[in-house]
Amino acid sequence: MRDFAYHKPATIEAAAGLLATIEDARVLAGGMTLLPTMKQRLAAPEALVDLAALPLSGIAEADGVVTIGATARHADVAASPILARVLPGVAALAGGIGDPQVRHRGTIGGSVANNDPAADYPAALLALGAEVVTDRRAIVADDFFVGLFETALAPGEIVTAIRFPAVRRAAYAKFRSPASRYALAGVFVAALPAGVRVAVTGAGPSVFRLPAMEAALDKSFTPEAARAVAIDPAGLNSDIHADAAYRAHLVGVMAGRAVAAAIAFS
Amino acid sequence: MDISFTLNGRETAVDVPPATLLVELLRERLGLTGTHVGCDTSQCGACVVHVDGRSVKSCTMLAVSADGCAVTTVEGLSPDGRTLHPMQQAFRDCHGLQCGFCTPGMMMSATDFAASHPAPTEAEVRHWLEGNICRCTGYQNIVKSVIAGAAAMHQGTEA
Repeated sequence: MRDFAYHKPATIEAAAGLLATIEDARVLAGGMTLLPTMKQRLAAPEALVDLAALPLSGIAEADGVVTIGATARHADVAASPILARVLPGVAALAGGIGDPQVRHRGTIGGSVANNDPAADYPAALLALGAEVVTDRRAIVADDFFVGLFETALAPGEIVTAIRFPAVRRAAYAKFRSPASRYALAGVFVAALPAGVRVAVTGAGPSVFRLPAMEAALDKSFTPEAARAVAIDPAGLNSDIHADAAYRAHLVGVMAGRAVAAAIAFS
Repeated sequence: MDISFTLNGRETAVDVPPATLLVELLRERLGLTGTHVGCDTSQCGACVVHVDGRSVKSCTMLAVSADGCAVTTVEGLSPDGRTLHPMQQAFRDCHGLQCGFCTPGMMMSATDFAASHPAPTEAEVRHWLEGNICRCTGYQNIVKSVIAGAAAMHQGTEA
């Protein structure tokens, strides 16, 4: 790893100031992606701005809105009694990220800001119509995830929290690569008051919604209805782990499992 | 950068470059070579240590992030440096190792798990050990060791 300057600001304002003034500074949250990337010298930032000292790790619920602080670690989201009560699908998703040691360090804000095409959280945010709160604004998930490792975040913008609607009828299912354990296809299904939303991760260049399946599940919220929707493999990822046709098939199967899990939660 | 932390119960102060990984500090500066580097890519778990009681991969954490924390390595498991910790004894009794390279990480991961799981099932142990890779044993005796070690850790206490 190349050397860098390390800053651990005590306030959001100080963190934003550092990011604004230092050229090529990066935010460090849990470091589960950034540090391996730096070790491989795929990234060599001049400075790291560590968010560890900021009070951003809380989880709270009020008036049907669940707010998860950006530096809440996956293990804390998974074990949150609040989420178990009002948003169990997100807790279960967090409990399936990586392995226990990764869940002890990795954060929701880091995962969301990184927008890895196989990350789990983006599917939850997009399906639930969550909002990404930053030090400047709130961005709805539909506008936030732009493309491969790309988000609507401006340079130096810091994710401070994620706001979810409290929905019990919502769940995630993924098929993991047997080696890397990343999702070859992951599907989050959410039955919102305005209608069902379905988001897919791991299968394409970035997380995306499935309007055809949403319509089918609006008519019949059953695993059978989910599996009956034909998924077009065009545009899906093909690699040595799974070709596009196989991923398309997995999307249907995972959607069925997610619906079953959502029904079990509700 | 000057940092200070509690290492295996002892106050420790060091000056480290920010790019130092926790595992590098432990092994190369402080001589605690029980923590191993297997893959160096956050996958194998040979480098697992406890930071504030939680198991983490020390190859994927900056040493400066441990500032102010309590760090426990495999060298700190034994209460007096001579008697084996119940989990260490269980690995010995159940033949939970062959070459031994993964064993420190396995035990650090297992003691974290067992602290809150006094009577785990085989499935729970296998699920927890997802981040610890062993290339010798086929895991059979490791799982047996963790179940036995968890029971031994909680012996005499009500579950």
